[in-house]
Amino acid sequence: MNIVACVKQVPDTEAQIKVKGDGSGIEEGGIKWVMNPYDEFGVEEALKLKEKFGGEVTIVSMGPARTMETIRTALAMGAEKGIQIDDPALYNADAYATAEALAAAIKGVPYDIIFCGQRSIDDDSAQVGSILAEILGIPQVTFATKLEIDGTAVKATRPIEGAAVVVATSLPCVITATKGLNEPRYASLPGIMKAKKKPVDIKKAADLGVSGASKSKVAKFTPPPARPPGKILCADDTPEGKAAELAKLLREEAKVI
Amino acid sequence: MAKGVWIVAEQRDGALRKVSFELASAARKLADQLGEEVGAVLCGSGVEAMAAELAKYGVDKVYVADNAALEPYTTDAHATAVAKIVKENDPAILFLGASAQGKDLSASLVGKLATGMATDCTDVKIADGKLCAIRPMYAGKCFGEIVIDAFPQMASLRPNVFPIVECAKAGAVVKFDAGLGEAKTKVAEVLKEAAGKIDVAEANVIVSGGRGMKGPEGYAILEELAGLLGAAVGASRAAVDAGWRPQADQVGQTGKVVSPNLYIACGISGAIQHLAGMSSSKYIVAINKDAEAPIFARADYGIVDDLFKVVPALTQEVKKLLA
Ligand SMILES: Cc1cc2nc3c(=O)[nH]c(=O)nc-3n(C[C@@H](O)[C@H](O)[C@H](O)COP(=O)(O)OP(=O)(O)OC[C@H]3O[C@@H](n4cnc5c(N)ncnc54)[C@H](O)[C@@H]3O)c2cc1C
Ligand SMILES: Cc1cc2nc3c(=O)[nH]c(=O)nc-3n(C[C@H](O)[C@H](O)[C@H](O)COP(=O)(O)OP(=O)(O)OC[C@H]3O[C@@H](n4cnc5c(N)ncnc54)[C@H](O)[C@@H]3O)c2cc1C
Repeated sequence: MNIVACVKQVPDTEAQIKVKGDGSGIEEGGIKWVMNPYDEFGVEEALKLKEKFGGEVTIVSMGPARTMETIRTALAMGAEKGIQIDDPALYNADAYATAEALAAAIKGVPYDIIFCGQRSIDDDSAQVGSILAEILGIPQVTFATKLEIDGTAVKATRPIEGAAVVVATSLPCVITATKGLNEPRYASLPGIMKAKKKPVDIKKAADLGVSGASKSKVAKFTPPPARPPGKILCADDTPEGKAAELAKLLREEAKVI
Repeated sequence: MAKGVWIVAEQRDGALRKVSFELASAARKLADQLGEEVGAVLCGSGVEAMAAELAKYGVDKVYVADNAALEPYTTDAHATAVAKIVKENDPAILFLGASAQGKDLSASLVGKLATGMATDCTDVKIADGKLCAIRPMYAGKCFGEIVIDAFPQMASLRPNVFPIVECAKAGAVVKFDAGLGEAKTKVAEVLKEAAGKIDVAEANVIVSGGRGMKGPEGYAILEELAGLLGAAVGASRAAVDAGWRPQADQVGQTGKVVSPNLYIACGISGAIQHLAGMSSSKYIVAINKDAEAPIFARADYGIVDDLFKVVPALTQEVKKLLA
């Protein structure tokens, strides 16, 4: 089975994010970069399928030079090879332009199934996997928490509000991974050593025949609105007294109960 | 020239979802500023009667695709139907809900319509005749103002954030053929959760518990309070990873993003990844015995005390208020 996993490098979840003074973006200094947590579920599922059915896992990632580190992490987990798309023309790519570039790179490798994360935790647009499926003209299941493959038949479970739906489709397809799908493995030391020698192909926009022209842009970044300081309730020192004060405030001031 | 502010109405099991009215109200407001009409796309089987309900919230025209193959929802069929009617009518703006279904459908539509979309927006406005959509990025650590240079300008709107405003319009029904081909995906099975359970993503009030609950039994006091308030019970990742609560209840960066009117965090320290999921709640209450816990920096009301004493006392107080 030929498997592709798309991974994006994102700021660590602990990272403090500061907006640049002119609102044109965020300050990148001091940020620790990691693999998008949802993409770890995608890579893990890809490796599990390979272990079950045989085949190869190709990692595809678009981003500047630092992205190579994240590709190596996926190779250290057990993937065979990587493709890095790195071109300044693509640094401001929106979801559509990103999917176009990924699709162009993926068309150059054989694939039976493609994994993406459900969303990236930085730009958070939750679009790339679905757009990729549309561009490639193959079916998709988003937010998968369970996946079963039998021949070319695919069954994937996705939670919706108050229920979960089991969707049936067929290979080739795009699956976007979410928490619950599996427990991603850690890269082993021998894995890390081996990863250094695995092949990673670097592609430019021109190699892929894409322009990076985006449909949307972030016109301005702003810090989140400040929250007024809250009240610590202490009119009375007993738990009962504090609870009574809270109930009164929720009823009379906040009007939420 | 693209014209009109459209929404994709969401329905399930024969009823419109609340987010549909939020979308209609938000669309009405922008359409009035532009002097344009509000259109709604409604897909399903036997759904025509729902058009009248949409009209109450400002929808001028409802484009209805009634087809047994549109029930239950699949990405494939719904995206095909919506893309077809949108291409035929060329609206300037298209809103969907950032619900489980809306997120799935909207992303597929971006691909089919080759356009741009702002995901999970908390505000939308018109600037220079164009849509300007405001959305949290980096898990709410900053906000972005998104503009889109293609049509339709798409945005998915975070549920529970946009006010529902009544504004009766005609809601004229325009039927259309969904233009479905052979189905690429099918729903094999629907696994329903326990009846009556409220999903955290849709709840107006959430009572949430973390590692401070000490174990699965601890949640009984939260369930009791939630029952009185008509609330959902949420959890931190620590509680979910410990197996005390189901994954579907996890709030945060790798769980659900919620925007209830009231979020009561009990025994939750307020890690940055948890705050990412709930900091757009209208009112936040923190109950924690550690006065230094970071959750207090986000809370409107904080109680520093043992939750096992405070929560039952709060339940008694709420009972008195509701009596
Ligand atoms: C300097 C800089 C400036 C940027 N400016 C803009 C901007 O102005 N407007 C804008 O819309 N975006 C901008 N972006 C982000 C943009 O490149 C995003 O990658 C793109 O918008 C995709 O959206 P997302 O990350 O939210 O993807 P999502 O749809 O949330 O991602 C879902 C999944 O798709 C896959 N995926 C997404 N991106 C990649 C990738 N690059 N490589 C491999 N797999 C991927 C992953 O599996 C991921 O889990 C900028 C990024 C950088 C670094
Ligand atoms: C990539 C990544 C993604 C993550 N995603 C999420 C996510 O989506 N959601 C999430 O929640 N976390 C997430 N986390 C985990 C997060 O970092 C924290 O570990 C987690 O939120 C802690 O949960 P907690 O507050 O329940 O536990 P703790 O931090 O252990 O806090 C327990 C609190 O309970 C209080 N307490 C104990 N006993 C009592 C008592 N009797 N009365 C009152 N208070 C009491 C303590 O003072 C303490 O503040 C993520 C982490 C990573 C690295």
